[in-house]
Amino acid sequence: MTLATEPFILNIGPLHPSTHGVFRMRVVLDGEIIQDVEPVFGYLHRGVEKLFEQRTYKQNIPLSDRLDYVSAINNNWPYVMAVEQLANISVPQRAEYLRVIMAELQRIASHLLAVGSVMNDMGIFFTAFMYMFREREKIVDLLEMVTGQRLLYNYMRFGGVSQDIPTEFLPALDRFLKVMPGYLDEYDTMLAGNEILLSRTKGIGVLKAETAINNSASGPLLRGSGVNWDLRKSAPYSVYDKFEFDVPLGTAGDCYDRYIIRMAEMRQSLRIIKQAVEQMPAGKEKTPTPLRLRPHAGETYTQVESPRGMLGCYLVSDGTEKPYRCHFRAPAFINLTVLKELLIGQKLADAIIIFGSIDISMGEVDR
Amino acid sequence: MSTAFLLPATIAPDWPGNFWWHLLIMTVLLIAVLMISVIMFIWLERRVIARFQARVGPNRAGPFGLLQSFADVIKILTKEDIIPALADKPLFWIAPAMAFVPVLMILAVIPLSDGLQLADINVGVVYISAVSAITAIGIFMSGMSSNNKYSLIGAMREIAQLISFEIPMLLALAGLVMASSSMSISGVIGAQTIPFALTQPLAFVVFVIALLAEINRTPFDLVEADSELTAGFNTEYSGMKFAVLYLTEYSEAVVGSILISTFFLGGWRGPFLPGIIWLVIKMLASFFVILWIRSTIPRFRIDQSMKLAWKTLLPLAMFNLFIMAVKTVFAPGLTNWVAVPVYLAITAVIIIYWARFMRPGRQSVGI
Repeated sequence: MTLATEPFILNIGPLHPSTHGVFRMRVVLDGEIIQDVEPVFGYLHRGVEKLFEQRTYKQNIPLSDRLDYVSAINNNWPYVMAVEQLANISVPQRAEYLRVIMAELQRIASHLLAVGSVMNDMGIFFTAFMYMFREREKIVDLLEMVTGQRLLYNYMRFGGVSQDIPTEFLPALDRFLKVMPGYLDEYDTMLAGNEILLSRTKGIGVLKAETAINNSASGPLLRGSGVNWDLRKSAPYSVYDKFEFDVPLGTAGDCYDRYIIRMAEMRQSLRIIKQAVEQMPAGKEKTPTPLRLRPHAGETYTQVESPRGMLGCYLVSDGTEKPYRCHFRAPAFINLTVLKELLIGQKLADAIIIFGSIDISMGEVDR
Repeated sequence: MSTAFLLPATIAPDWPGNFWWHLLIMTVLLIAVLMISVIMFIWLERRVIARFQARVGPNRAGPFGLLQSFADVIKILTKEDIIPALADKPLFWIAPAMAFVPVLMILAVIPLSDGLQLADINVGVVYISAVSAITAIGIFMSGMSSNNKYSLIGAMREIAQLISFEIPMLLALAGLVMASSSMSISGVIGAQTIPFALTQPLAFVVFVIALLAEINRTPFDLVEADSELTAGFNTEYSGMKFAVLYLTEYSEAVVGSILISTFFLGGWRGPFLPGIIWLVIKMLASFFVILWIRSTIPRFRIDQSMKLAWKTLLPLAMFNLFIMAVKTVFAPGLTNWVAVPVYLAITAVIIIYWARFMRPGRQSVGI
């Protein structure tokens, strides 16, 4: 005798503790096994790209902070670079170094949040999360020292950065650079060898390199599958060609590799910051730009490596003081395209972890 | 130190209706003990876990935040009591009581001190395991009746978990019964001149793990897995009914730590201090271990937890039974301290050897 069965449709989100914002997955379940997934997004759509067309070039910088609100400084960068290219603004060397230092600090903060929330999805009941926030707090303090803000920094300007670092910043950064490797070691001892953590992440959500490339995934998701593609190395922008650092690569492409890569990238970021502090020249932090900036008509595409992957900005100018079109290549959004392939056939509990390991930020996905 | 003032035996045996006085006093006492411990355990849990997580925890209401739980209770009781429109109303109403009452019933056979016991029935061990399983039915009812898909999955998991972990738990207790040649709880305590945690360490390990699953504590809190199922079986509950379910959870934790102390740590037995103080000390120690596990270990996936029950705990419990059987037949008098290291060594060898084959998550069983 066979029992009549019907698909069990479960809505995960948009109000759900593990969807990292207002993402929604419409999941078809068979018992605990996922048969089909339909991602639904747009709940946080604010029309940012249209807003860019309504404001002047300078007014748009704080808007770009609000794309990916957990790595605001990295989000300023492609937009600022695009305008600099169109308007032929040169950036002082010191400003480039300041940008690198701040962006790498921001990358560590973002990765801490990403790893911490995956641990939360796994059910460590906030312990790992709180520990990582302890260190993120130190970074936020550093960023606050320079910019005066704690979440959306509005730091970059055309031709430089908004302000130079205060005198107390470098000693504080030095203290942070000294203690942070110890904290990362602490995480490794507490998490990386945990048998349950291994069993929950190893071999779960395996993303093949080919699939990742075909879906144009980027960032830790792509590098977890073993593809060596980091814009800081592959197509160096700013002053990244002057630093020595490695690009950590995964082998299996599972959740564990993505976790390990984020941990390793934090160490590499520390290396970059250390070198940047040593090499940073004296000088001005900003080239003066006209208040009413009117770049030449034309278009450009710039990209940086944000904590989530390749963050691009496509900017079209028609010679007026407002952009004609501004489009962002949001890495979190494009990384989400592999979600369906990763989730089908997995268990419900794993789906949450896989989704968390992609590390999205809804502000960037929905824009 | 005399504890005579605590004993109901101080009521003269020829007092008319002695049985009823005993019943009344003990019932009131047990409910009071349970309620006070629940309130204190909630406070303790929040403070201890806060310490684990580098936080402070509730410290505003009353000294050390001791009144926080009272404030929470008042808040919960004044909340609107919502029943979902399509819920199965009778089941929805009765489920919290169905879950809570059995927990209270377990306490009836537990001696809080020497002779301070509501009923010393001669099949106490069987009674406890039978009654404790009813709680799961209550939780299943609450999940099934609330017409919520998260709750339904939670309910499904609860039953799967109950069936799997009840068996190793009972087998672990069978070793105790064999060693103490009595099924009454006071008989089991009476046999513990050396606590069973030392003479049957294997059973101790199995029992504690199975108990964690029975009371839905991390790493087996799949039923309310907050990162996947929002709140699991109690998603739709609010107001008084939610309070009762919450009370059930913590009563289970209290009774769970009482069971650990009674079965394996010698119950009220101990030098110098009155029995009830010893019981409280042992309870707190057991509860601390439960909290420690909760704040540091990620959650199992459902198939991994099933696998742990059937492939690891069940054989280990059987090993323990085998060792006890051999001991009872060939060396019945062997319960002195010399034997303890032998038991511990055997346990360590078996667990380490078994763990090499049984790593959770390397493969999955269908559910």
